[in-house]
Parts: sequence; C-alpha cells; structure tokens
Amino acid sequence: MSDLLSLTAVAARSALDKKECSASELTAAYLKAIEDTADNNAYVAITADKATDMAKASDARLAKGEGGALEGIPVGVKDMFCTKGVETTASSQILKGFVPTYESTVTSHLWADGAVMLGKLNCDEFAMGSANETSAFGPVTNPWTATNGDLMGKALTPGGSSGGSAAAMAARSCLLAPGTDTGGSIRQPAAFCGMVGLKPTYGRCSRRGIVAFASSLDQAGPITRDVADCALMMTSMAGHDEGDSTSIDAPMPDLMAALSMGIKGMRIGIPDEYTLDGMNPEIVALWEQGRAWLEDAGASCVPVSLPHTQYALPAYYIVAPAEASSNLARYDGVRYGQRVEGATLDEMYAKTRGAGFGDEVKRRILIGTYVLSAGYYDAYYIKAQQVRRLIQQDFLTVFEQVDALLTPSTPTAAFPLGEKMDAVSMFLNDVFTVPANLAGIPAISVPSGLSSDGLPLGLQLIAPALREDTLIRGAAVIEKAAGFDHVATGAAS
Amino acid sequence: MTKNVSPLVEGRTGPWEVIIGLEVHAQVSSEAKLFSGASAAFGAGPNEHVSLVDAAMPGMLPVINRFCVEQAVRTGLGLNAQINLVSVFDRKNYFYADLPQGYQISQFKQPCVGEVSITIPLSDGTSRDIGIERLHLEQDAGKSMHDQHPSKSFIDLNRSGVALMEIVSKPDMRSAEEAAAYVSKLRAIVRFLGTCDGNMEQGSLRADCNVSVRRPGEPLGTRTETKNLNSIRFIAQAINSEVARQIEILEDGGTIVQETRLFDNTTGQTRTMRSKEDAHDYRYFPDPDLLPLKLDAAWVDHIRDTLPELPDALRARLLDQYGLSPYDASLISEDRAVAAYYETAAAGQDAKIVANWMTVELFGALNKMGLDLADSPVKPDQLGKLVGRITDGTISGRIAKDVFALMLENGADPDQVIDEKGFKQVSDTGAIEAMIDAVMAENADKVAEYRGGKDKLFGFFVGQVMKASQGQANPGVVNDLLKQKLDG
Amino acid sequence: MLLPLQQLFVTRLVIRLMTIDKNTIPRIARLARLEIALERQSALSEELASILSWVEQLNALDTAEVEPLASVTGHDLPLREDKVTTGNDPDAVLSNAPEKTSNFFVVPKVVE
Repeated sequence: MSDLLSLTAVAARSALDKKECSASELTAAYLKAIEDTADNNAYVAITADKATDMAKASDARLAKGEGGALEGIPVGVKDMFCTKGVETTASSQILKGFVPTYESTVTSHLWADGAVMLGKLNCDEFAMGSANETSAFGPVTNPWTATNGDLMGKALTPGGSSGGSAAAMAARSCLLAPGTDTGGSIRQPAAFCGMVGLKPTYGRCSRRGIVAFASSLDQAGPITRDVADCALMMTSMAGHDEGDSTSIDAPMPDLMAALSMGIKGMRIGIPDEYTLDGMNPEIVALWEQGRAWLEDAGASCVPVSLPHTQYALPAYYIVAPAEASSNLARYDGVRYGQRVEGATLDEMYAKTRGAGFGDEVKRRILIGTYVLSAGYYDAYYIKAQQVRRLIQQDFLTVFEQVDALLTPSTPTAAFPLGEKMDAVSMFLNDVFTVPANLAGIPAISVPSGLSSDGLPLGLQLIAPALREDTLIRGAAVIEKAAGFDHVATGAAS
Repeated sequence: MTKNVSPLVEGRTGPWEVIIGLEVHAQVSSEAKLFSGASAAFGAGPNEHVSLVDAAMPGMLPVINRFCVEQAVRTGLGLNAQINLVSVFDRKNYFYADLPQGYQISQFKQPCVGEVSITIPLSDGTSRDIGIERLHLEQDAGKSMHDQHPSKSFIDLNRSGVALMEIVSKPDMRSAEEAAAYVSKLRAIVRFLGTCDGNMEQGSLRADCNVSVRRPGEPLGTRTETKNLNSIRFIAQAINSEVARQIEILEDGGTIVQETRLFDNTTGQTRTMRSKEDAHDYRYFPDPDLLPLKLDAAWVDHIRDTLPELPDALRARLLDQYGLSPYDASLISEDRAVAAYYETAAAGQDAKIVANWMTVELFGALNKMGLDLADSPVKPDQLGKLVGRITDGTISGRIAKDVFALMLENGADPDQVIDEKGFKQVSDTGAIEAMIDAVMAENADKVAEYRGGKDKLFGFFVGQVMKASQGQANPGVVNDLLKQKLDG
Repeated sequence: MLLPLQQLFVTRLVIRLMTIDKNTIPRIARLARLEIALERQSALSEELASILSWVEQLNALDTAEVEPLASVTGHDLPLREDKVTTGNDPDAVLSNAPEKTSNFFVVPKVVE
C-alpha cells in the first residue's frame, strides 16, 4: 500500500487482516515518519529495535490468525507511563536514567492486544503544564500552523501536558497515543492538534505504573485520529486492576457498537456557566454549531446550570498541587533517578530536588506544601474538597435531566510557544476541562472545525460516570457532522 | 482495688509528679505487608523482602491486606474498645532515608479503633485504670544503619511497609512501674489474641515514651518523647533516667525542651535525637491512592464471637475454677502457652499442687536450663501424672523431686522412673511393722526413754524407719504404726 | 498584550492580594526539601501570593455543612488476601539506585 500513514487504526487493523500490508511495513513507515518529523521534538526516546521485533511478532500472530484487537498498530507512549526496560522520566531531569523493571497496567493491555511500541513521547514535566513547555526535554512544536492572522509563521504549542502525544498523532508519527489527564491534559492538546481525546471515568484505567501527578484526578485515556479509533483504544486500555485500589470493577459498555447507535432521543445539556464574559466569538459560534448538529441528529438540547463551575479551577489548583507535593516526595535521589551529592542527607535531598525539578514543578510543590501545612489545611485543602463535592453534586443533579453535556474543549485555539503568561492565566486554559476531573466523570474532545487562523478547535462532551458509550455516540455524531478531515501542515506523508 | 493516689518522686526542693503517656507499636502477625505482597517476616538479607510498592517506585500503588485489618479489629475488640466502621488512611509527610514514599500511610483523624481503658495490676496488690486514646493501623519504616561506614548510612527496606498497630495511651501513668505494667498487659493481650507475637527483641513490640514532670496539682509540664524502646526493662530505665534529668533541670531553674530523645541501653541514659530536631509539620491529608476503609458490622461481630479467652478472664477463671492463689493466677495467666500447659497438667489433679510444682520446680528448672516452656522436656500430662503419684500416695513429695529431676534429664514418664528406680512408696503394713520392730530392737534404750515420757523422740523413730525403707515407706502409715507400737 | 484568556478573567477575579511574609518560602521549601536560589525567593513569594489570592474566591462559598469529598468513586476500599506475592529480588529493587553497596541503598551519613 502506498499511503500507510493515512490509515486510521481501525483501517490499518483491517488492512493487516486482509494482508494489504504487514505490521512490519506499517511500523517501518512510522519509524520513518518519526525521523521525518523529528523537528517537533515529540519523541524523547525511540525504541526502533523493540518496535521492529514487536511488529515481527505481530506478523507471526497475524499469519496464524491470532491477531489481537490492536495487532500491529504502532503506538507512541507518553513518558508518564512506566515501560519495562525503557527509560521513563516524566520529562523530568530528576528521573533521567530511570529504567523501570515493570510495565504500567495500561500499556501492558495495549501490548497484550498486539500493539507495537515506537517510543516515548514528550510531555510537561510530571504532566504539570498546559503548553508542553515545562518539559526537561524542551518544548514540543504543534504540527499545525496558522494559515491566517497574527499567528502566521509562529511556532505553536501542541498544548499540554500530553503535548508530545497529541503532536505525534497530528504529525502522523504514531497511530495511537495513550495520554494522561489530570485537569485536561488529554483533551486540551487533542483539541489543539485536531485529534480525538477521551478522559474516561476515574478508575476506568488503572493508574498502576503511571507516574503520579495528582492521584485523585489522574486518569489515562486515548488520543486518536478519529472516534472509532478512540472506541477501539479505550476498550483496550480500560479494565479492573487489583494493583490499584481506586480501579473500578465494572464492565465497559460496547464502545464499538456505540459508534453507530446515534443519539436520537438523547437529552443534551448546555451549561450556562460555560459561557464566559468576553469569550472568543469563534468558540461561541462553534459551540452553537455543535448544538445544531446534535439536534439535527435527533437529540434535544436544553440549557442547564452547574452553579459551582467558577470554583472548579481554584479548587483544582489546591487539590492537585497538594497531592503532587506528597506524590513527588519520593523523588529524593535515594532509590532511583538523579542525585546531587550533599554533605548531609537533608542537603543531598534539597540539592537533588532543587536541581532535578523544573520551575513549574517546584512552584506546585511549594503551593501544595503550603496548603497542607499546619494552620492552612482547613482553609485550603478541606475547603477545596468541600467545593469539589458541590461540583460533583452539580453534575449528579444535571445528569438526572440530561444524558450528556456539550461545551467547548478549550477557550482558545493553540497559542504561540514561549508566550509569557503568569501562572493563573496559564491555569485558565483548563477552565472547561477541569470540572470533569474533579467529579471523576468521563469527557471527550472531538475536533469540530478550524479557527479563522486555520487552527483546530474541539468540542467537549461530558457524561455521567461509566457512560463512555454516551460520549462515543455523541462524538461520532459530531465527527460525522463536522466532517473534520484537515491534516496538519507538519504531518508526515 | 483501684488506686487514685499518684506516687510522687522526691526532689531536692520537694515532691514531683510524673506524667507518662505511651505510644506502643505492635507489629501485626501477618504473612505479607500492610499495602504490598512482600513478606513481613523478620531476618531476611538486605532489601530481600521489598516490593516495588515498598521501594516507592514511580506509579506503584498501595492495596491493603485484609488480614491486617482483621487483626487490628480483633485487637480493638480484645481491648473492649469501640470499633469505627469507617476509618481513613492519611499520609504523614516527612523526609527520611528509610521512608521511601516521603510519607507514612497512617490513620490520623479517623482511626479504626477508638477509646477504652485497661486495668493494670501493681506490685502492692492495687490496680490502676489506664486510658487508651486510639488504636490505628500504619506502615513501618525501613531501617537505617549508621555504623557500617564512616561517612555513609546504609538503608534496608525490609521493614518498610510492615503493618503496625499503634496503640496510643492517655497520659495516665505516674511511674515507670505503671508504664512497665501497662506494656506487659498490652503484650499479654496481643499475644493471647494472636495479633502480634510480642517479641520485643526483634522489634515486634516497641514503645515511644512521653514523659513530663510537674509539682502536684500544677498544670502539665513540657514533655519529651523517647523513641523506640524495645524491652520493658528499657522502658522503665528510660523513664526513670528521663524523670531524674527533668527534675534536675527544673530544680536548677532550667526549662525542659520539647524534643525527641533516644535511649542508650549501654548507659541507661537518654539523649537528644538530632535527626528529629526539625519542627514537625506532617501535613496529614487523606491518602488519595486509598479509599475510606469501611467495615461490615457482621464481620466485626463474627470476629468478636471468635475472640479467645483473654488474660483478665483467664485469671478470674484460674482463681475461681482451680482455687489458685492470686499470685499463681497472675503468673499463669500472663501467657497463653503457660495457661494451656497448666490446664493440661492440672486436669484431674490437685490444681494447687500442680500450680506450685509448675511455678516453683518447673519454671526454676527451665530457667536454669535456659529453656522455654515450649521446649520443656517434661510435658504437661507428665507433670500432672507426677503430682497424681504424690496425692495417691505412690511416692512422697521428696521422692517426687528425685523423679522430676530424672524426668527433666530424659523426658521420661514418671511411672517409668518410679518403677525403674524402685521409688514406689511402701504402704504394706506388714513390711513396715517389720522395719519398726527392727528399729525398736536396735534402739531399746531410746524406746525406754520415750516410754518414760520423752515424747520428742518420736521424730527420731520416724526418721530411722524412713531411713531403713530408703525413703519409700509411706510416712502416714509409718506414723500410725509407730504410735501404736511405741504407745502399746 | 493580554491573551484572550487573561482578558476574560480580569473582570471575574476579585484580587485581594495576599501578602506572604519573607520567611514563608524558605520555611515551605525546607519542608519540601527544595533548594531554592535566594534570588528566586521573592519572585516565588509573589507568585505564591497571587495564586493564593486567586483561590481566595472559594471563600465566597459557604461550605460549613458540606462533607469534604473523600473519593469520587462510590466503591469501598478493596482488601487483598494476606499472601506473599512478591519480593526476593533485591537486584530489581536496587537496579536504579544512584549509590548502593552489598544490597543496601547508600546515603550520606545520618547522625541520629
């Protein structure tokens, strides 16, 4: 076949079955695409030999008719997933050289289904960031560029924290990419790069073997080229794991079947509070368009209220750093990673952590340490967890009336790399995505159109816990209606 | 009788009252650790009993051990405390080389076991009630070794993550003796329950002692905490030395610094622990890797229904059922193995004589031989049988000691020893009469003196007959017959 | 130039700028065992103050009667069996150690 890179995962899997190509050819095409697009800095490690071996093994299984659901599909792995025998750093200096002796549960599922590992993908350091600029490996460039307006000629962010993953998907240097999402880290970069990104229900994907950022918010999920690939990959990634106490033991609905179920009779809520003062008119228009698409497909859209929405971001920026400050205490230079020597144990700790963590990570550790410290705990952490309950309650209440919510994925399209922003402004990128993390409910971003600058924009659907099938049904409708078939200018071919 | 008066310590300038609170850490007897599947056994090579969770490898998560929860609940029930059906695991954040996660998973705000008090016996025959604040589950830390290298410390994580029950007392103890009695009592309870082996040398049970002094009636003084005391003797020594130190400082006009101290068992003194000099700010918060621990009430009831007999109940039963002295009852009820041995030995025998033989002869001998009761060459049924041979008149108490000595040597059955050595007591009146006749014939002069009114000579004749029988004549029969013959 | 994002929130934020005393950054950096260069401290102090001021908006909500959220999933803590399933692999445990000797991790000497 001539254009292997243009196939979706579902199409490629079918081509493999029909012997239209081999897993080895497919992998070789992607390894070449990685080289061709190396400028975007998406990959932090390329495991070409491993990929070639895995592809060969896939071909052997395919020859025997034993191919798995993802047999032979080339995957790029966010550097937050521990991969056995392959350096895993969470894009942090402090973990440089760390080679896990174990594999994360989620990536184990992918390999068990036959997927092929191409390498590790860049991300914000410890997934803390919304522009992939906090990585110790340097920023990732979005393969999309503006075709109009002020942003023309400027290198854009792919978003973050799964910036490398979304950029590699858009650059066609991998065919599937598992990401992690703590406050929007799958959905926002997927939206910025014209990809589908799904954050499932908290507990759907095991967190075992994923470098922790904020334990009560972190969830792995797929970044894919289209909704069908998303359904396919989500099914593979999910599953109960006894190694994670917060893992859910509930069957995943049949997502492949959901793709073609439509949304006739569904009720979709349009949350009032997601309309922000001074919001970009393009985003407002796209949201309106999305509502029309859903109604055309037989759903009824109703305004709903989530009254505590405005408190989601500040609550998030207490809970996430608090948990992170504790989760990152283990990076102390004793058992793995980088160490900077010191005369005493405490000096060694402070130097190791001072040198090993970047500014953003340090800032969040300091905030987290502060809000948990004596005298402040009740005012900040307890308060935030109370607010979080109110936010969750908001969702539970509206989901008594509607099946899903439609919102924009992000308040803007991709912005230029190196943009000077204070911390709070950077946090505001996550305004639409954070509430789903706080409530532990699933949400998906679907590419829905281009901005006047020619940059991708996404719409987000949010569903009740365990209803990933509702997201897939709605996303499939939006995808079809939007007919988004644009390819990034920087994509490999 | 419960005592309410505090014992006071006399200083140079007047009396002082001592206030002691203890945090006892009891290692749960389990196969695996609290949150990982690594072995909790003592004594492996460095870092052999370590899982990826225990070493805090990135992304590795805790999953709780059901048996450890059960043992904490069992201990709570054994203490007769309130069991909290919902409890929460918190992270206690601090940095130390043997704390790989940078936090200890513990229960701070909502422990699994709530308040209760226990009664401790004191040497003067009185008792005191000591309040227990809470019991909670937590992880042990690893072990740092500081003496292997001039400029380095070595870290072994084998203990990292082992399940501990921390039992926190109220500041209700007033002397080292009370603290020692409290720890002994707790140890006895956990051992009876089988929830902790109570082995203090291996660190399975250890205590942190909070000590302060004050003038009677004054508000509480500043306390110090002496960590990781792993014997009851050290607990008493550390308290006494800390009390003396604090009184001396205060009487010299100084002030006590609130601090963590270490006990040096070679000098018997405490000293400042430098690595803990930092102000504590543990930043507790609920561990987001875990969910609230919810216990099923029926499960708790089931554990309650299967509790074994505990030391207090056993002691009461020993007093009641066997008529033992309070001293023997306390001694025997301290350890379930001792009690089991006793009850086997006493079955069908004179219970008091068995208790006496056990606490005096058997314990004395085992002590000399350096053996535990479990390794005793004399099995409980054999000791019972030996006592039976005394009470049925087969052997005298004196001969029984010889038989016992031989039993200790080779674990032989008492009847076999009695038979082989011909120790059987002679009760045959004909044989004894013949011996008496012979003794009287040999000592005709003494017979005359006796009959002349020198009653004291009776003992002489008994002695002579017993000697002639090589100790095997039944002393009762000898007495009766002698009396008849001498008086007749 | 303000980004659209910043514009959109300027009106919404009620900034009551918190002040943080100069010992705060050194104190929490010490708690977190983070070496922070002296020249970075005042900037960090300002950043911390601005973030804390921003989260102050939560105080507009009365949460006195609200139970803090313990977990988003409805399920109870799962309990595992008391079985030894792992361990006896010190090589794996120590394979990434920056310094080790005879199966121990090694750190600068700690004076107890």
